[in-house]
Amino acid sequence: MENTKCECGHSNPVGTTLCEYCGKPLEEESASGQPLEMRYDGKARRSQTKNATWVDHVWNFFSSVKVAIWLILITLIISALGTIFPQERVIPSGNPDVYYKQKYGTLGDLYYNLGLSDVFNSPVFMILLGMIGISLVVCSLDRVIPLYKALNNQKIEKNPAFLTRQRVSRTESVSEADRGEVLKALSQALQKKRYHVRTEGESLLAEKGRISRWGPYINHIGLIIFLGGILLRILVPGWYLDESVFVREGETKKLPEVNYYLKNEKATMELYDQTDSREQASKGQPLVKKYETKAIVYQKDPNTGKLKEVKRGPIVVNHPLKVGDILLYQADFEANQTQAIQLQLTDKKTKEDLGKFRINLYDPAKEYALDKGIKVRILNYFPDFVMEGNRPTTKSENPNRPAFVFEVMGPKLKKSEKSWMIAGTNLDDISKSNRYAIDLSRLETVNTSGLMVRIDKSLPIIFTGLGIFMVGLSMGFFWYHRRVWIRIQDGTLYVGAHTNKNWFGLRRELEQATQAAGLPLSFSPEQRREE
Amino acid sequence: MEKAMEYALFAAFFFYLFSTIAYVVAVTGKASRVGKEVHIKRWGKRGLILAMIGGALHILFTVIRIGISGHFPTSNMFEFTAFLCLSIVIAFIIIYFIYRITVLGAFVMPLAVIMLAYAAVFPTEVKPLIPALQSYWLGVHVTTVAIGEGALAVGFVAGLIYLLCWVGQGNRAHTRTASLLEGVLAILLMLVGFVLLSASFGGLGYQASFQHTVDGKPVVEDYSMPPVVSPINSKVVAMDSFPGLDKALFEAPSWLKGEKAASKLNTVIWSVVSGLLLYGLLRLILRRRLHVWLYPLVKNLDLEMVDEVSYRAIAIGYPIFTLGGLVFAMIWAHEAWGRFWGWDPKETWALITWLFYSVYLHLRLSRGWHGLQSSWMAVGGFVVIMLNLIAVNLVLAGLHSYA
Repeated sequence: MENTKCECGHSNPVGTTLCEYCGKPLEEESASGQPLEMRYDGKARRSQTKNATWVDHVWNFFSSVKVAIWLILITLIISALGTIFPQERVIPSGNPDVYYKQKYGTLGDLYYNLGLSDVFNSPVFMILLGMIGISLVVCSLDRVIPLYKALNNQKIEKNPAFLTRQRVSRTESVSEADRGEVLKALSQALQKKRYHVRTEGESLLAEKGRISRWGPYINHIGLIIFLGGILLRILVPGWYLDESVFVREGETKKLPEVNYYLKNEKATMELYDQTDSREQASKGQPLVKKYETKAIVYQKDPNTGKLKEVKRGPIVVNHPLKVGDILLYQADFEANQTQAIQLQLTDKKTKEDLGKFRINLYDPAKEYALDKGIKVRILNYFPDFVMEGNRPTTKSENPNRPAFVFEVMGPKLKKSEKSWMIAGTNLDDISKSNRYAIDLSRLETVNTSGLMVRIDKSLPIIFTGLGIFMVGLSMGFFWYHRRVWIRIQDGTLYVGAHTNKNWFGLRRELEQATQAAGLPLSFSPEQRREE
Repeated sequence: MEKAMEYALFAAFFFYLFSTIAYVVAVTGKASRVGKEVHIKRWGKRGLILAMIGGALHILFTVIRIGISGHFPTSNMFEFTAFLCLSIVIAFIIIYFIYRITVLGAFVMPLAVIMLAYAAVFPTEVKPLIPALQSYWLGVHVTTVAIGEGALAVGFVAGLIYLLCWVGQGNRAHTRTASLLEGVLAILLMLVGFVLLSASFGGLGYQASFQHTVDGKPVVEDYSMPPVVSPINSKVVAMDSFPGLDKALFEAPSWLKGEKAASKLNTVIWSVVSGLLLYGLLRLILRRRLHVWLYPLVKNLDLEMVDEVSYRAIAIGYPIFTLGGLVFAMIWAHEAWGRFWGWDPKETWALITWLFYSVYLHLRLSRGWHGLQSSWMAVGGFVVIMLNLIAVNLVLAGLHSYA
């Protein structure tokens, strides 16, 4: 490999901008009078030195911050587009292909067809996140290694050109006699400012806050762990579950996908004081104070098949119930759902009351025996009645609009009677010729809780990643890496200083330090321009 | 107690206003008798003290409100925007003590005034919390977000000052930067216009309402500003008179659907028009472009210094915003909604804000985007924050639409 030799005799790898040994600017860097580019202390990165195999090409592509920025920008734009209309998972319809067109017109249709309606689950978005992950790894490695090497092997004595071309720098003539004193005084003053000072001959290197330099790499590690956690929960079976279940009061139901059963002992909704206008959402609109489900969780004994209580407790919004890895959340509440109806049978001729019978709408019995040998049988039951063309049918299993076809049999009837009953509909005309009338006498209602059943085993990884990310951010932003090089050569005092941020603070600190050392110097940008 | 709370905020508002005036006097005053240096120092100090008193009153307001409601006042648009205003003031005071740039106050404090006035446009009553908000995370998550955004807002103001300086110092009044800068100032005036109009129509008690159908159901849509645009296929239910406007001038376009879409569009139209009118009026009075008029305020600043202030404010705001807007947000979302991330519009826009500032930092640290480019990014970042505050809450529906 071709090397670049500095005049101090050190051979630098290609791509080095500042001599690794003495800091003298190499090649084109030496031409201009601008402050030096101090990134990674001018050290060459892998991506600048290797470009032969396909691995190198891939590495070089992902090591580019420019590429990383484009990836972030594309993610940003796609995310913004994804918020124009609601995403598919939150729309109140199971047919997105129709929904978007109907609700938002042509634009909505376009939105759906471009895949924007479910963009955050699209392969494109996953690939983007994957590429960002790779970019994070490669960019970090490509930079942290040369930076670590450079900072670990710093030479104290630097070329004067390196010092004078720092963004903060100053030259001042000193007399031969003062030389030793000046350096010593400056060294002490800088140590007072908590600098770690090393000297070599008539040179000095003061440094503090190097920890700040590792901040970006540590926060990138945090992000990599975060993305890794997300990847794991997609890939590892059983790590992630997102289901929901509706359980009526009094009902015991198996939880989806997991081997637990849940009984809803009581579901309540509490409202704020309805008489106080300040406690209402808007005029006359009550505001919900609390949703709560008193739940018992069971597990089935594999031998006896009996349910064994595992846990019992309230499920409240913001306070999920934890059972092993499973978290149960209060997500939905349906008040006063009809669970059963009580019907009344009357003899239309004699006006005689022939008794009442109760039908469980979720699990109706086939036949009901009433007074005087009369029997009512359910011929057909439509829990969620709807007419499809001329045929009655049911939309769902939920008794939202129950409809029945009854058959009434009794000793006074030659032939059994058929009678229709549809919730919310008056059917007196159809059954005019019937002897017996069936009427609704009472509704039995219960509350229903909508619960979310969640497992997310990647959470510890995800939150650890975020924690590390925050540590890295704090290190990077709340600490500053400051270095001051001082060298006396041929009756001239050279001071050069560099920081990764907060130049104002560095300048002020240097002015205070030189003042304390009895050699007040100004480090203002104007001063530098004059020099 | 309620009255004390109202007075505290009212007083805070006026102290912010007085602080603005003191800062403007500091940087514009002739100061023939005492000399420029002394004058700036004296009035700058007054501005700072006024701002601090305002901030203290604002904190008092917050404390009383916690006492009354039992929860941290960050649960609706009024409370959040007011707290954001307080955060901006606090962030400014901190940055001021680091850099001691008086001019910054002359730009940040008016922003605080506008913010608080904007907050007051929304219903200010204390309301009890819905179940999803009943958590200590309400205080932790939302305040951290607001404090982070406060610092980022100071970064934006410094960026704006940089642009004014850059255009003025280099006599670049005819560059694209100058025109864009003028555009940004005009947009800020639209916000001012919106606040002024809301306050005046609110004060007059203006009301109009229309009936139309949304998703097959009849809906009555209330307007708080005279209707320039009415909902599509709608009937007037009631309409207060407004000179020159006895019916809506036109109907909302058909693709604009959803609840209250038309009245929001109506508000936007009023804001844009009033902002442009204000702008035109200012141009007529001042007889020069706004950035030229503002330039004398900033002419003595060092560009490199302003650039650093902007970056520093963002470097402080970014980690805090990340902590509040993403990390705390995810923890709370996990507790309340059973998932730490759900692509709710507000969440997504917090992510977009974060991505935007990430781009800012990478461009600055790795690609050498300093000064001009960096300042534009700082301005852009604030635009994203404002979009998230205003547009996402009011236009896009989602779990966070609390106002």
